[in-house]
Amino acid sequence: MTVVIQDVGKIFETRTREPVTALGGITLEIQKGEFVAILGPSGCGKTTLLRMIAGLDTPTTGSILVEGKPVTGPDPRLAMIFQEYSLYPWRTVRANVAFSLQMRGVAKEERDTITDRFIRLVGLDGFADSYPYELSGGMRQRVAVARALATDPAVLLMDEPFGALDAQTRNRMQKELLEIWENTRKTVVFVTHSVDEAVYLADRIIVLSPRPGRLSAIFDVRFSRPRDRTSVEFASLRRDVLELIDQLEESQ
Amino acid sequence: MRWYLKVIPPLFLLLAWEVASILINNPFILPTPTSVALVLLSPMADILGSGSIIDNALLSIWRVILGFGLAVLCAVPAGIIIGRYRIIDELVNPLIQLFRPIPPLAWVPLALAWFKIGLASIVFIIFIGSFFPVLINTIDGVRRVNRTWIETALIYGAKGWKLLVYVIIPAAAPAIWTGLRVGFGVAWMCVVAAEMLPGTNSGIGYLIMYSYNWGQVQVIIAGMIVIGIIGIGADLLFRTIEKKKFQWQEMNR
Ligand SMILES: Nc1ncnc2c1ncn2[C@@H]1O[C@H](COP(=O)(O)OP(=O)(O)OP(=O)(O)O)[C@@H](O)[C@H]1O
Ligand SMILES: [Mg+2]
Repeated sequence: MTVVIQDVGKIFETRTREPVTALGGITLEIQKGEFVAILGPSGCGKTTLLRMIAGLDTPTTGSILVEGKPVTGPDPRLAMIFQEYSLYPWRTVRANVAFSLQMRGVAKEERDTITDRFIRLVGLDGFADSYPYELSGGMRQRVAVARALATDPAVLLMDEPFGALDAQTRNRMQKELLEIWENTRKTVVFVTHSVDEAVYLADRIIVLSPRPGRLSAIFDVRFSRPRDRTSVEFASLRRDVLELIDQLEESQ
Repeated sequence: MRWYLKVIPPLFLLLAWEVASILINNPFILPTPTSVALVLLSPMADILGSGSIIDNALLSIWRVILGFGLAVLCAVPAGIIIGRYRIIDELVNPLIQLFRPIPPLAWVPLALAWFKIGLASIVFIIFIGSFFPVLINTIDGVRRVNRTWIETALIYGAKGWKLLVYVIIPAAAPAIWTGLRVGFGVAWMCVVAAEMLPGTNSGIGYLIMYSYNWGQVQVIIAGMIVIGIIGIGADLLFRTIEKKKFQWQEMNR
């Protein structure tokens, strides 16, 4: 198991209001190389869960193990990709991708070799010296993916990484992400609002209930990739997941 | 804007000045533009034994660089620490609020009592004047650093001084730079005012005051124009560098 989530819950203490239970106890095991999508209504604690895996927040209850060892804070085994605004605008694409290597003291030449490889992997050759503001939204997220991969993490955490993109770019990015995933075999935990995206990408879809988020259902997606969005099996799984989410929202 | 729209007001002012000076016909109240231009055209010429306009202006600039430089050296690190640490902010914020509204010139008597008349007093006044704009902007810039940038840095292994040098400072740099620009403007106003105090005997502010004593109104006006030009020049320099260095800021989204 690459990620073991043991009965993890999170309660936020707030100064002004009652404490907020963002996440009820969640137990989940994610295998090495698995692509897991997390779905759930807004505010059910998806981001909170991802942040706790990344070591940016600490669980109130339970524990999180990555490759057998507990996560106690930001950790080189984990990389996280945010929805947007995470690139450093004063750094070029190359310098952004090289950031973590630079922070960990990798020598310049080695850094450049690794960086160039990942810039090529995400299809941005020729843009290495551009600044983020010169790139489109899709290209920026590719830089973020390259930056995350350059650290060679065990687990890639993605919080609605394509949520701010238009439908067409989004579809292309999903395809490219799958190609990269097939080449690198990273474990991916992918938070999304889109059932379609989850069915297209994931090996397993985790559906959380409304706040406080609890495990509501797990769908295995068995059919092979590349998946055809117009196929019957795709449509039927998408309908099942959507129905469950509708029920969850009505029962709220 | 079309360039000729920009030149109309100054031309109009110049014309009005010319007409007024002819009507008033008294160089001790309003000298003609020509007589002022003559002073400006020979900026290296000695004026009543007090040195040239250029010499005095350079001296004033030097004083500003000293006072402003000292202020930057103190205010930027202080601002970064205050902006980073909430506790320190809460500790010193009352002091900042207390001292900030005191005009730099209100410090003159204290400056004289502590440092006597001379360079140290002038530098002190400039220091006080430029310290707060730099401090306030630095605190603000550091405090507003995008949380995602910091968390991304933590995830990718930046901690301590590395986080500061590679993320916090570059992210706050545009705000700090604005502080420097504003601070320099205040410093420039302070030096001119401080040099007009009794007891000083050099600098562009002094030259103006001295010319007043000798009824050389055309030198006063010429000196004022030089002060204005240097002020604009410095501001322009700051803005040009800002445009070049912090281009990312405008187009950042
Ligand atoms: N730092 C915090 N302090 C207090 N409450 C918080 C904090 N962070 C999150 N919450 C609360 O926890 C709950 C879960 O938030 P979270 O961001 O994890 O939801 P989400 O599932 O990611 O939602 P969305 O789909 O809208 O991104 C929300 O009710 C939110 O208000
Ligand atoms: Mg979220």
